[in-house]
Amino acid sequence: MSRQSNRTTDSKKMNSELFTLTYGALVTQLCKDYENDEEVNKQLDKMGYNIGVRLIEDFLARSSVGRCHDFRETADVIAKVAFKMYLGITPSVTNWSPAGDEFSLILESNPLVDFVELPDNHNSLIYSNLLCGVLRGALEMVQMAVDVRFAQDTLRGDNVTEIRMKFIKRIEENLPAGDE
Amino acid sequence: MADDSLFEFLHMEIVSHVYKEQESRGENDKERGTCVSILECMGFRVGQGLIERITKDSPSFKDELDVMKFLCKDFWTNIFKKQIDNLRTNHQGTYVLQDNRFALITQLSSGKQYLEEAPKYLAFSCGLLRGALSNLGLESVVTAEVSVMPACKYSVCVSVL
Repeated sequence: MSRQSNRTTDSKKMNSELFTLTYGALVTQLCKDYENDEEVNKQLDKMGYNIGVRLIEDFLARSSVGRCHDFRETADVIAKVAFKMYLGITPSVTNWSPAGDEFSLILESNPLVDFVELPDNHNSLIYSNLLCGVLRGALEMVQMAVDVRFAQDTLRGDNVTEIRMKFIKRIEENLPAGDE
Repeated sequence: MADDSLFEFLHMEIVSHVYKEQESRGENDKERGTCVSILECMGFRVGQGLIERITKDSPSFKDELDVMKFLCKDFWTNIFKKQIDNLRTNHQGTYVLQDNRFALITQLSSGKQYLEEAPKYLAFSCGLLRGALSNLGLESVVTAEVSVMPACKYSVCVSVL
């Protein structure tokens, strides 16, 4: 897809609201369709996965990032290039495990949750779970199996949003991956 | 802040999800509306919210035609980065908005291929228009049709209260 490179900050902001509002409408619809929060979380993750496997192509086409040599480099690219490009924020990479296979992304602000409040009967809803699916799907397309989950969430009272990413294994090239 | 492509990816996935769900539930679930109305309802909510944000600081509109012109220019540009190409009306509450290159279907085809699939991708934007009009005080019925991709026509019938 071709994109214009010059945008006013106003129209970029408006588009952020379009995305945020659409995401909100999606979560609302899913909550109506499924009885419990666990199901909604699973659906969000699945949808995120389907988006992620396509998003990675868009990302690689638009950024000039080459192949990452290790997980630390991957973490930096995700935080400084990918998040910046798509959501306009730069989370910080912290809390590396001693083995170097697990880290946290700390988001000071999460564009997905602008205007959002969780009602009391949805305590176990992970509102931004789409992000976990996107990261998982995108990395699977570059031969990395990862486990992504939310460790902290501002919507549930924490100060920051923390996404924990764990490297599981390298995927062999000839394994076909399809939509779930 | 959020990139344009994010909305397109999300929209694609939402359409795909709604249709997959309908398939898996089969005909047992008769109370549930069709996929198109689900998508249109989502668009409606988003349209309501967006029009509030966009018109926050603007003065009120002179008349219905003014509202429609605003939707064709500023509203559509904010969302799809271009204006509606053609607006026609019978001056009795019916308007036809034509977009010659609708952003959400340009990548599908530029001719007759996938013509039957196109309405799935128009439902959300019909809702956007209906929601925007609703929050500007106008009740309407919005439908869309495609005869040649990627051009589409929206018919807006504003009801007289």
